[in-house]
Amino acid sequence: MAEAILDIRDLCKNFGALKATENVSLDLRPGEIHALIGPNGAGKSTLIHQIAGTLRPDSGAIDFLGHPVGHLGTAERARLGLGRSFQVSSLVPEFSALRNVMLAVQSRQGSSFRFFRPVMADASLVDPAMGALTRVGLEDRARVPAAELSHGERRQLEIAIALALGSKAFMLDEPMAGMGLEGSRQLTAFLDRLRDEAPILLVEHDMDAVFALADRISVLVYGRVIASGKVDEIRNDKEVRRAYLGDDA
Amino acid sequence: MNFTRETWISLVLVLVLLTIPYAALQLGNPFYVTLATRMAILGLAAVGLNIALGLGGLVSFGHAAFFGIGGYAAGILASHAFSGQPLNFGLFSVAGTNSMPIIWMVAIIGGGLLAAAIGAISLRTSGVYFIMITLAFAQMTFYFAISWPAYGGEDGLSIFVRNGFPGVNTLVPINFFLICYALLIGGLLVFALLRNSRFGAALQAARQNEVRLASVGIAPFRIRLAAFVISGAITALAGALYADLNRFVSPSMLSWHMSGEFIVLIILGGVGRLAGPVAGAMLFVMFEFILGGLTERWQLFLGLVLLGVVLFARGGLIGLLAGRARHG
Repeated sequence: MAEAILDIRDLCKNFGALKATENVSLDLRPGEIHALIGPNGAGKSTLIHQIAGTLRPDSGAIDFLGHPVGHLGTAERARLGLGRSFQVSSLVPEFSALRNVMLAVQSRQGSSFRFFRPVMADASLVDPAMGALTRVGLEDRARVPAAELSHGERRQLEIAIALALGSKAFMLDEPMAGMGLEGSRQLTAFLDRLRDEAPILLVEHDMDAVFALADRISVLVYGRVIASGKVDEIRNDKEVRRAYLGDDA
Repeated sequence: MNFTRETWISLVLVLVLLTIPYAALQLGNPFYVTLATRMAILGLAAVGLNIALGLGGLVSFGHAAFFGIGGYAAGILASHAFSGQPLNFGLFSVAGTNSMPIIWMVAIIGGGLLAAAIGAISLRTSGVYFIMITLAFAQMTFYFAISWPAYGGEDGLSIFVRNGFPGVNTLVPINFFLICYALLIGGLLVFALLRNSRFGAALQAARQNEVRLASVGIAPFRIRLAAFVISGAITALAGALYADLNRFVSPSMLSWHMSGEFIVLIILGGVGRLAGPVAGAMLFVMFEFILGGLTERWQLFLGLVLLGVVLFARGGLIGLLAGRARHG
């Protein structure tokens, strides 16, 4: 088995008496989509925040590409290649779609401390950003401010940003949420191909998409991983059916 | 370069400012040259603040500290040049100077260092806390200046002869105006370049969504700190000019009234707009002069104008004339 890209061990996070994350261990291996499912309030987003570095765990270890990253800030983890999309789209609202992506390209190129050259005349920023937009099918909307994009387009834009960052792993928090049937279908096909580029940790409520895409599934309930394994194992796991899928699933 | 409506309006404003002193001289009213110089200097100070406030969303209520340190750089160096006493730093001493370029360098470096120190602490907070902590730092410099008798304390410090610029007679008002005007244009160029650069992109993104900026791998703190330093340095340069305009420096340059005035200038002109500070400074000095001539309570009317701008013309004068800002 290939070595894990992202390796999380014994992560714990309490908010007062609430155990939001309790001894969570999971990993992400090259070429796979690892889906994280669970009912609302199970602590999925809290877990994503800890992996991304916006929230500090109480204990436990996070290794990315073989190095411990638990002590690093959000920006440093992103620069190592941990790309993410947010549960609620988080973009620079006044910037066009293109400039949102260009921000990721400039970060990847190393320095934001360049004070004179205009960014819009800089092909080394514009071209890769256009490339990422084209891959998610947003090239015609490149000059539209992010605030004026539709809900689905913003989700696509977030993925384009993660692509442009040259991510070595993707963490996508409910990318299908609010997408129409056709949008979900296209995104499913896109993610199916994306896994060859970098593995995906996918938080998703859309079970059709999860069962279609996932190589492995981990089920989070009340902050604990109650089951983890291949799709069929999870589908047939008694505890999972009771806790989450409903007995008649 | 594509000429948008805003670019045209900015050009016109800047040219109007240039014609004011010449028209004044034609009309035999040399006092207006001083007013125009005041507009240029306050405009430059606000261009500095506009980098932090307009681009970075950092509402600094302490930019008087940088304005004042620039003023004191001019005053202190000039007073030592006048008395012939070197400045004593313990281990070494430096002669005073009345050369503007050297004074400007000292003001820029002094303002930048002070901004680095204040910013390194203040930028760990945000919102109202940031406003209050920058105010607190500026008030500290204000009380320090008051209680420091060596350079006049509360009474301030006079500059007996305006500092010189190589090859220019700075005692002629129009010459001094042109120096200030040239530096204002320089400040505007720096602002325009910054705004469109990679640094400017990161800074504006930090204002709008710092979580997004961090999640593409750019840490907002360092970007903001650099912006704060550049901002403070430009405002300090304006402070040095202001001291030379009045031939006088006093702690009032460091007071919170001054910080508030800079914010008012920017709101009047247009927050984050290239020529916003210039428009704001021109309006402000005009109000001060015209309304101030009619009534002592002119600031009451300024308050009403400000209220109108905030309620009905959020983009200030530039926003009113050029419409909303556009980002490619």
